Amino acid sequence: MIKDWFKSGAPWVWLNAAAVSTSIILVVGLLLLVAVRGLGHFWPADIVEYQYQEGDVEQTMVGELVDTSVMSAKMATESGYKLKAGKDALVQLLLKTGNRDVTGMDFRWIQQQNVLSQSKPEEMIVIERREWGNFYGRLQAVKESGKVIATGEQAWPVVLERIEQALEVFEQIEYLQKKEIGSINYSLERLRLKQKSLELKGDWTQQAQQQMAAKKAELDKEYQGYQKQLGTLYQTIRRDSLVAVEPGGSTLEIALESVVRVVRPNTMNVFSKFIHYGEKFVEFVSEDPREANTEGGIFPAIFGTVMMVMLMAVIVTPFGVIAAVYLREYAKQGFTTRLIRIAVNNLAGVPSIVYGVFGLGFFVYILGGNIDELFFPESSPAPVFGTPGLLWASLTLALLTLPVVIVSTEEGLSRVPKSIREGSLALGATKIETLWRTVLPMASPAMMTGLILAVARAAGEVAPLMLVGVVKLAPTLPMDGNFPFLHLDRKFMHLGFHIYDVGFQSPNVEAARPLVYATSLLLVMVIIGLNMFAISIRNNLREKFRALEGL
Amino acid sequence: MTNEMNDTCIKIENLNLHYGEKQALFNINMEIPRKKVTAYIGPSGCGKSTLLRSINRMNDLVDSARIDGKILLDGEDIYDKAVNVADLRRRVGMVFQKPNPFPKTIYENVAYGLRIQGVNDRRTLDEAVEKSLRGAALWDEVKDRLQDNALGMSGGQQQRLVIARAIAIEPDVMLLDEPASALDPISTLKIEELIHELKEKYTIVIVTHNMQQAARVSDYTAFMYMGDLIEFGETNDLFTNPTKKQTEDYITGRYG
Repeated sequence: MIKDWFKSGAPWVWLNAAAVSTSIILVVGLLLLVAVRGLGHFWPADIVEYQYQEGDVEQTMVGELVDTSVMSAKMATESGYKLKAGKDALVQLLLKTGNRDVTGMDFRWIQQQNVLSQSKPEEMIVIERREWGNFYGRLQAVKESGKVIATGEQAWPVVLERIEQALEVFEQIEYLQKKEIGSINYSLERLRLKQKSLELKGDWTQQAQQQMAAKKAELDKEYQGYQKQLGTLYQTIRRDSLVAVEPGGSTLEIALESVVRVVRPNTMNVFSKFIHYGEKFVEFVSEDPREANTEGGIFPAIFGTVMMVMLMAVIVTPFGVIAAVYLREYAKQGFTTRLIRIAVNNLAGVPSIVYGVFGLGFFVYILGGNIDELFFPESSPAPVFGTPGLLWASLTLALLTLPVVIVSTEEGLSRVPKSIREGSLALGATKIETLWRTVLPMASPAMMTGLILAVARAAGEVAPLMLVGVVKLAPTLPMDGNFPFLHLDRKFMHLGFHIYDVGFQSPNVEAARPLVYATSLLLVMVIIGLNMFAISIRNNLREKFRALEGL
Repeated sequence: MTNEMNDTCIKIENLNLHYGEKQALFNINMEIPRKKVTAYIGPSGCGKSTLLRSINRMNDLVDSARIDGKILLDGEDIYDKAVNVADLRRRVGMVFQKPNPFPKTIYENVAYGLRIQGVNDRRTLDEAVEKSLRGAALWDEVKDRLQDNALGMSGGQQQRLVIARAIAIEPDVMLLDEPASALDPISTLKIEELIHELKEKYTIVIVTHNMQQAARVSDYTAFMYMGDLIEFGETNDLFTNPTKKQTEDYITGRYG
């Protein structure tokens, strides 16, 4: 009976089905966990006010409920907690209390048994600040140039309006500082380098000096103009401030200059919460990080990741394809080619950090160092390419993914039927013409497959990047409006490294945890996006050359 | 040039061909007349395709192939070192057993050979494509869908497309390697009719394992067996009055 069952093959079908469904459940579960934890972060939580008694001290505590933990009575007593009579479990609540400037910490654990009462007062406000994290408390007054212009309930609309203005001014300041003044600084730096290079060459003539001085004066003048503009803007933005009462009772004056957003979550309905959520999410994907990467956005990391992967793809594709074409089409098949194939396949198994070490040792120090010596003597001792940067990271990853591209291109070339090649040769085409016009186009879907695998691997790689160009905070993007627009020598941010940095190197672990999930989710989405892009190209090509299956 | 030279298009002299250790062709000597259809018949593995592929040096693609002897095309040895293989193949077109259109449009398939030669002028290409497709008796069927993928055509159409592709570069000689063996009877008939028309302009060498086909389409027939050329003569003579016993055995169906 059981023997028949085994013979029928049914157990194997079940086994396979079980394996497939387990994998699917794992993957979906993983994505779900990351999505829920990460996306929940942007939802505006209600602010709860607790009357709290610990021993004889009674105090008010305000914050968002972040987490709860339940501990059995036995364990709690053993761990030294005092349990009130009649309670069979110790319930602890993790509150995000904010106000780090007042209390010195953002999060607190409290015991539910000590909570006397709790409420959600409508007038509670959350202020997102550029420094010191969130503020939780009550709004008291709004000030203009130190004079109170509104108090109590009237202060709320005034604050909203003033913050709107302040944010606008802040944006202008940011623009001036980053774009305009940044570009002047960049030009000045280039002038300095030019001067030094002229000096090195001995061409530092009177005429050159005059030209240089004139250019500098021009830039200086421009700079002065911007400085003056900045001065007025700063005056405007520093004019207003708000006065708020923190739960402990003391009042605090907060300059609107440092406020990102003020909300009253307890008065928000679902609709306005959604709007708030959308704003926060957009901020997350489009803004620079703040507060040691624990607040704000991760745009530079997304940009850096995509940029690096694309550059890697641009480098690895020609190399891999050329190598594969030589191996498959031109090299005499024999011991040497077999050896090379084995070596290539083994390259794929080398731990990625080893590539990082190689990249640092060869690309950065040897190649970069020599490039600096030859082409950028004027900027020494500061290195240009002799230091980790975007180019070296892309090259290192290109090397890392080269085997995949070679292997799948070879596969594709070997699938192009002999009859097609002969057909082309019989029409008087040479071998190279046949390759270019017929064989390579037909092998292009396979090349894309290789590229897809390469992109998937490269986008998720972190370890080698830490050695060859990724930093926790890059002041500038690798691409901007200053000539030559693409700055291959710059260091950059990367989502994978950002996760590591936020998760493990952050000063504020509790605050960072949801960001770890959100960033992971984004990394996954970026990889999926890049892959989708490559897959759609491949499918187009496949459709075009679907002959392969028929012949 | 003498009259006789003009009549002979391809002259094969003492041709021996080895694949590695194995000899595939033994001392072949024959003269293929111009603007006639010459058929190679013989059982499978007798070397008829190998001989055909020697005429446009397709055997060069096989690493282990070694050739001695001469093949003279209009008096020139095609195995001479000075000969450019690509130029030779432009003069000696070839159609294979299985239709092998490129995964491109019908138009681009026909224009392929010309594009290789650097012809990119739209009008010249248009004219050449139409002329070649008409020459291959395919124009009326495909004139409205020249930009469709060639792989969407039927097998017979594909084979005629491949013939059109070959005549687009205006070769002197056309080599047909069992051109109808993968086709249905109606397509075969069309190809055979086409061969009749093509011999007005081209010297045609055809390999076939179908003796009726050889009898129908060819002017001259060569019978090969085990790498040897057994008998070569006018088709009528060879089929009605074979001089060799082996030929007679083969055409009467005693073996092969």
